[in-house]
Amino acid sequence: MIVHQISVFAENKPGQLARLTRILGKEKVNIRATTIATTATFGVINLIVDDPQKAIKAIKKDGMMVTTKEVIAVIIEDKPGGLDRLTQMLFKENINVNNAYGFVLDSWKTAVFVVEVDDIARAQKLIEKAGFKTLDDDALSAVEPFHYVKY
Amino acid sequence: MYWEKEIETMPREKLEAMQVERLKATLRQAAKSPHYGRLYKETGFNPDDFKSLADVPKLPLTTKDDLRENWPYGFLAVPREELVRMHSSSGTTGRATVIFHTAGDLNAWTNLVARCMYMTGVRKSDVFQNMMTYGLFTGGLGFHYGAERIGCLVIPAGAGNSKRQIQLMQDFETTVIHIIPSYALHLYSVFEELKVDPRKDTKVKIAFVGAEPHTEKTRRKIEEFYGWKAFNSYGLSEMNGPGVAFECPCQNGLHIWEDSFLVEIIDPQTLQPVPDGEEGELVMTTLRREGMPILRYRTKDLTRILPGPCECGRTHRRIERFKGRTDDMMILKGVNIFPIQIEKKLMEIPGVGTNFQIVLERKGFNDEMIVKVEVAQEFFDGDLLKLERLQRRITEELKGDILITPKVELVEPGSLPKSEGKAVRVIDNRKD
Ligand SMILES: [Zn+2]
Repeated sequence: MIVHQISVFAENKPGQLARLTRILGKEKVNIRATTIATTATFGVINLIVDDPQKAIKAIKKDGMMVTTKEVIAVIIEDKPGGLDRLTQMLFKENINVNNAYGFVLDSWKTAVFVVEVDDIARAQKLIEKAGFKTLDDDALSAVEPFHYVKY
Repeated sequence: MYWEKEIETMPREKLEAMQVERLKATLRQAAKSPHYGRLYKETGFNPDDFKSLADVPKLPLTTKDDLRENWPYGFLAVPREELVRMHSSSGTTGRATVIFHTAGDLNAWTNLVARCMYMTGVRKSDVFQNMMTYGLFTGGLGFHYGAERIGCLVIPAGAGNSKRQIQLMQDFETTVIHIIPSYALHLYSVFEELKVDPRKDTKVKIAFVGAEPHTEKTRRKIEEFYGWKAFNSYGLSEMNGPGVAFECPCQNGLHIWEDSFLVEIIDPQTLQPVPDGEEGELVMTTLRREGMPILRYRTKDLTRILPGPCECGRTHRRIERFKGRTDDMMILKGVNIFPIQIEKKLMEIPGVGTNFQIVLERKGFNDEMIVKVEVAQEFFDGDLLKLERLQRRITEELKGDILITPKVELVEPGSLPKSEGKAVRVIDNRKD
């Protein structure tokens, strides 16, 4: 299944992340995970949230440039070697990962690993064939309780 | 297709003979003004010595400074009670200049604007929405009266208030608009926001874009966005305002009305005339103005005469889209740069949005150019590397054109100052 990741363009000026979290906080959108990629003069903030549609609407309204991207949210075991099982399989199948990050769902039990790949349909099929469960937007917003950690 | 067929298609020899006669009258009329009267006396110039167009380079040039020094009435050639209107230029530096019109002047100006509009296809049945500042600025009232002269229904919408503009267009089935090009680009996002499709939900077919220099690419972008035909308009308050030069349906250069203005292109350094086809500063003389005749006015606008006749059959020569103003020119590390050069390059690069800004900074002994560029919303897909490549490409392309490496900053669409009036493209923070 597919999850919609939100990507926000952040200009090179102070307070851009604070601006974004303020927008989402006001709309009561829960941030599940976030990563930030930057160059010297600008950055892109990637977010997994519980209500992507609501988030996008609010972010757009504030004037920030936002887009969504389909990513795969794979459930892995939250224990040593849990992630390794997934990445070894991706490597074996020659699936190139453009971006990836994860967060813990249920401490010491389950975690979610978000992967951004080129051929999402193929990757998804292979991941599910290998016995991994994936989440969709609804499942992601339903899961409670939540701790999130950035890798 | 012609508003005044005889004048618009007049053979060149006849047109030039008319110019000589009208110039003689203008020289005599100008003698009545304090400024030219003094100048004639000082230089021993006698209007009767003027015989042919070959004598034009001997006539005195007039600059904006002359207008300022003679503020407010030093150029008047009629008693003040003959005046019915004043306009003032949007001078960005120093004191604004004032231009006065008699009833006859206004009538002639209105006729020229009507001639321009009619040329592009505007007719009595059209609804004209004038999205320009009214008041001292000539763009509002100039077009207003021109459209009324044709017989259009005129909506004096004024500038700004984007949502109301779109509402007016829909409610009254506007077919022709007058708009500043940078504002036209901005307005498109408002159409999108309101989910109004300008092609389907409005009846607009013709747009006059003027009051600021813009590139061919910007015009095409406006035409593509909206499905309008966009015509370039040129004018300056010293020469009435709009109605000086205008594009015909061929959209290849602007016909400059030579029955009303004497046109020269000079080298701005040597002040010598340059031949047709060569670039230089546009210099104009009013040929029909009685209240405030102006001789050989240096417009500071850079252009060239497009040689050869136009397919539309009009014999009045065409000037090329403006390259810039000698005023707008930035000098950076000894290189002359025009904002429109930057605009032209930027508009060619996919991923660039609708607005940009140039900031000049001085760091120690080094001047630096920062170009802030809005990213096109549809270009952004969350890929950082793609944005980096865009930034690099902009830097390289600009460097190739202006020979200086600018610092390019990508910014959010809509974040730079919107130009509901004239675009503020250059901010010079250099202190001498
Ligand atoms: Zn023509």
